[in-house]
Amino acid sequence: MFSVDLLRDAVVLGVLLGCFYAAVSVGLSISFGLLDVPQVAHPAFLVLASYGVYLLNDQYDIDPLVAGAIITPLFFLLGFVAYRLYYETFERRGSDAGVRGIAFFFGIAFIIEVLIILQFGVDQRSVTAPYIGKAWRVANMRIPIRQLVAFAVALTLTVSLVAYLSKTFMGRAIRAVAQDEEGLRLMGANPVRIKQFAFGIATAVLGIAGALLIVVAPVEPTLDRVYIGRSFCVVVMAGLGSITGTLIAAIILGVAETIVLTMFGASWAPAISFALLLGVLAVRPQGLLGR
Amino acid sequence: MDRNAIAFWFGAVLFLVIALVMTGLIRNEYPFFAGYVILQFIVLAVAWSILGGYAGYVNFGTNAFFGVGVYTAVFLAKAFDAPLAVQIATAAIVGSLLGLGIGLLTLRMRGIFFSIATIALAIIIETSITNWRYVGGAAGIQLQRPPVTVPFDSYVKMLFFVQALLVVVAVSTARAILNSRIGRGLHALRDDELAAECTGVPTLRLKLLACVISGALMSAAGAPAAMYLQFANPDSAFNLNYSVSVLAMALIGGTAHWIGPVLGAIILGATQQLLAVTISSEVNVLVLGVMLVLFVVGAPKGILGFFRRAPVHAGKRA
Repeated sequence: MFSVDLLRDAVVLGVLLGCFYAAVSVGLSISFGLLDVPQVAHPAFLVLASYGVYLLNDQYDIDPLVAGAIITPLFFLLGFVAYRLYYETFERRGSDAGVRGIAFFFGIAFIIEVLIILQFGVDQRSVTAPYIGKAWRVANMRIPIRQLVAFAVALTLTVSLVAYLSKTFMGRAIRAVAQDEEGLRLMGANPVRIKQFAFGIATAVLGIAGALLIVVAPVEPTLDRVYIGRSFCVVVMAGLGSITGTLIAAIILGVAETIVLTMFGASWAPAISFALLLGVLAVRPQGLLGR
Repeated sequence: MDRNAIAFWFGAVLFLVIALVMTGLIRNEYPFFAGYVILQFIVLAVAWSILGGYAGYVNFGTNAFFGVGVYTAVFLAKAFDAPLAVQIATAAIVGSLLGLGIGLLTLRMRGIFFSIATIALAIIIETSITNWRYVGGAAGIQLQRPPVTVPFDSYVKMLFFVQALLVVVAVSTARAILNSRIGRGLHALRDDELAAECTGVPTLRLKLLACVISGALMSAAGAPAAMYLQFANPDSAFNLNYSVSVLAMALIGGTAHWIGPVLGAIILGATQQLLAVTISSEVNVLVLGVMLVLFVVGAPKGILGFFRRAPVHAGKRA
């Protein structure tokens, strides 16, 4: 049942899947990893973006990736507003922000989930594009083109975010606010405005990530629950706030999932990310490349 | 016993007597069917607040404990035809062990890490149950209710009374904790864990104790659900809705006093029952989310906060 060929296939597909997971988690790496906001609604925003892409594709026949780019500014605004709300109600008052902050984002996630169900129903939705449904055959392997597209876009997205955070002025400001907020305040900068902008970026990335999500497979309203495990697993395993780590951790998760999938079957798949997450939390809480 | 305690136990006995008399007087089964769910949520919310409210550890794994309770009952019913009391008692034991396990595994985690670890455990347990053929796997399992015992004329009425008993057990446990050294210790570690540790509060033991008690009560509340629905499947037994509902109930009611989660569970539980019957179960979840966000933003201390200006101290007699 198990062979070297199967293992090779699993590793290749796992790496492709892993890069996709990196794109899905990289926003959370900024909002939770760098800004310490317990953004549990991140996967819900992701699924919301997928439905936005679905709508544009279904109604106007726009390519899903282009549709993702179109909704990105909207998601930037959404993140902007969400952080403002979070800041005004929790961070500024400073009391008990942990407990109520998590509850707040969980509530938001639930509201989004139900609104999607009320609007689109519980059925799976998918998009159409020329590269969906075709496969590329190489060395006895069948690689779906949609996976390759997702892989390429995800890799570009993650690498450009790494460059943005390390090379540009604003990117460095975002990392500075994560390291020493008080210091930044003393330099005359407004940390809240930087964090607001960073949270906007973290959410804007979901426009593209949501497009990838619906390109890779059909989506359903409650899909965000599985992605809570995957995205938090990746971000915590990476080491909070490390974007490079996010890529490595996501590939580890992707490979682990495909191997378990080939060996034990799909019914064990949801538990893998959470088991990895628990393992990391118990053994190495600071993650692979912890700050 | 001081006057407060006498009043409390008088109220508890009165509550049980009314519940028992109602099962004899009212013929229609529906009120008990709906009431059972509300009582179940009271137990869950009160149990949640022992760890989440008193100690400040936000447990999102309510569904794990609930589901483990359900499946303990399913297993015992299928394997040994065990009576309901045995199912509940065993579920409580398994729940307390699970609580101990979670406590040991997550001792060093705080805040969101603890919350996510509890979600993780819930999913892992759910996946394991899904892959366990004996108890029905993903498709679920049908259960046959045993014949009902004497004072009750229907099984649902009996389950209603059993859940009412569990409410009294949960509330009196929560009240006892609140009024004891344990409650004060938990309060101290919620406010500042390091300071509490330094002043000699055994934070580790207290956290474990809170996990164990909370877990036992939650699993016990889940055990009768198998017979209530006559059916169990992993998807519904481990549904995340339980976690969020219970969290919302505790936060809406207020966690500083045991009456908070009770109020929250009654208000939200009754609203949900009403909405599920009159409109739809989706709107039901929407209301849950909206109320959770509104209360978290607008009323940090929950309904309790409307009545008391000053913060309630855990040490104060309840």
